[in-house]
Amino acid sequence: MTRYFEKNVAVSGVGQSKLYRKPTVYPFDLCVDACMAAIEDAGLTPADIDGVACWPAAPPHVGHGTSSASTTDIKNSLGLKLNWYASGSGPAQYASIINAIGAIAAGYCDHVLCYRAEGERWVPTYGRAYVDGSMPTAEGFQQWTLPYWAPSAANWIGLHADCHMRKTGISREQMGMIPINQRRNAGLNEAAVYREPITLDDYMNARMVSSPFCLYDCDVPIDGSAAVVISRLDVARERTRKPIRFEAVGSALHDHESWFCRTDWPNMALNDAAKMMWSRTDLTAKDVSTAHLYDGFTWLTILWLEALGLTKPGETGGFLEGGQRIALEGELPLNTNGGQLSEGRLHAFSHLVEAVRQLRGEAGPRQVKKDVKVSVCGAGGGVFGSSLLLVND
Amino acid sequence: MTELLPRPLPNINEMNRDFWCGGADGRLHIHRCGACKRWHHPYVAACPACLSRDVKAEPVSGLGKVKAVTINHQPWFPAVPVPYAVILVELDEQEDIRLPANLVNAPVEAAQPGLKVKVCFQQYGDIFIPVFEPA
Ligand SMILES: [Zn+2]
Repeated sequence: MTRYFEKNVAVSGVGQSKLYRKPTVYPFDLCVDACMAAIEDAGLTPADIDGVACWPAAPPHVGHGTSSASTTDIKNSLGLKLNWYASGSGPAQYASIINAIGAIAAGYCDHVLCYRAEGERWVPTYGRAYVDGSMPTAEGFQQWTLPYWAPSAANWIGLHADCHMRKTGISREQMGMIPINQRRNAGLNEAAVYREPITLDDYMNARMVSSPFCLYDCDVPIDGSAAVVISRLDVARERTRKPIRFEAVGSALHDHESWFCRTDWPNMALNDAAKMMWSRTDLTAKDVSTAHLYDGFTWLTILWLEALGLTKPGETGGFLEGGQRIALEGELPLNTNGGQLSEGRLHAFSHLVEAVRQLRGEAGPRQVKKDVKVSVCGAGGGVFGSSLLLVND
Repeated sequence: MTELLPRPLPNINEMNRDFWCGGADGRLHIHRCGACKRWHHPYVAACPACLSRDVKAEPVSGLGKVKAVTINHQPWFPAVPVPYAVILVELDEQEDIRLPANLVNAPVEAAQPGLKVKVCFQQYGDIFIPVFEPA
């Protein structure tokens, strides 16, 4: 028996709701759409699902906001008979999946429904929360940033990016290849909210949000949801349509848990997670066919590339230059669905959905032409990060 | 004295009182291990380096340098004119004690990495928000 039990677990189904820039359909209903789609995609029914998990925790009976579907409401809407359920904190957006793998490996359950539900357009969140002139109380870790009028991760990550880009010499023109490439990919993705191509001029002339980030460096809040079914591999191979196996996961947090006081700042928790992931497999960065890396802000994708060893610090700018290497036809197709920057902010869950589609050969007009054998997904930035290595075997 | 712009203010508790209210004596207070002398921010109840329980707030010099800068252009708070500089200050005492802050008494363009700065305080009732000005 292998020591790394994620190898005995697979993604058996993926699903996504429609995504909306303007409040249109109640966000909780969109999560139910995504969950039903994922279960159906696996070839299962809700009666087969015996576990459920989400991140972050959502309050019961509130179906909007930054986490718009509680496990309570999903369980009750789908009539799930659960042997295991969990929601809460943990290593970034894939915490639910990494917990589910553990629960399956421990034998608590066979098929876990994991989802991310976004309902940030239904109610104003921080971007628009204070336009009435109100001043929030600075609670928790935000007490270190809010008093300095830095309410957004654009400000916090802007500080990281400023330091890293000066140190490694990456230019804004090079960073701009990420949103430009992703918009091109989104043109081939009917689910994406922004599909019109953008040029380098558009990027360089866009209004600044918090330097070095302009509008196109920031992901696009939406109402919407993505879901996956995580299954025991042997059961999945018998019962489900096309399971994609986990080769390794990363969930580590070794340095100080802090946005600004890590000893290796501006590195982030994701650097620890990436290192852990590679320690659990014989595969290496050279084996990766497609990369699906968190892009809440473009620079996070750059840090993920470097943390995973897909590029070397100091060489990432050159790698991005011109954009060909990260295009669908390139050596490392990146965020092939358009990512959070163009498809919409599904917090790395759409990255996982897309990785599974690429590995299955089901990505339609944006299917990468080469043989996709290994895909890597990264979620999160700052104080949390998690990564998944998926294989088609 | 010019009128202060409104700021979101922290809720004070036993974990953050020294930092946010300690400026009443004109000095910045950071927690420090009495055994190994390492500084820690924010609050810890044991020193993560040596596990000593002798950790308490001590005044620092208030000197540091700007490690990184982001110029914020987004009008999150209508009462606060943009653009403004959010800086990350590394304290002279220890490089991994880094504080987000604003640069004051200087134009936005003065916010540059490497700039030497010193702490000053903006008082909101019992709370003394540490900000930095060119040293
Ligand atoms: Zn100590």
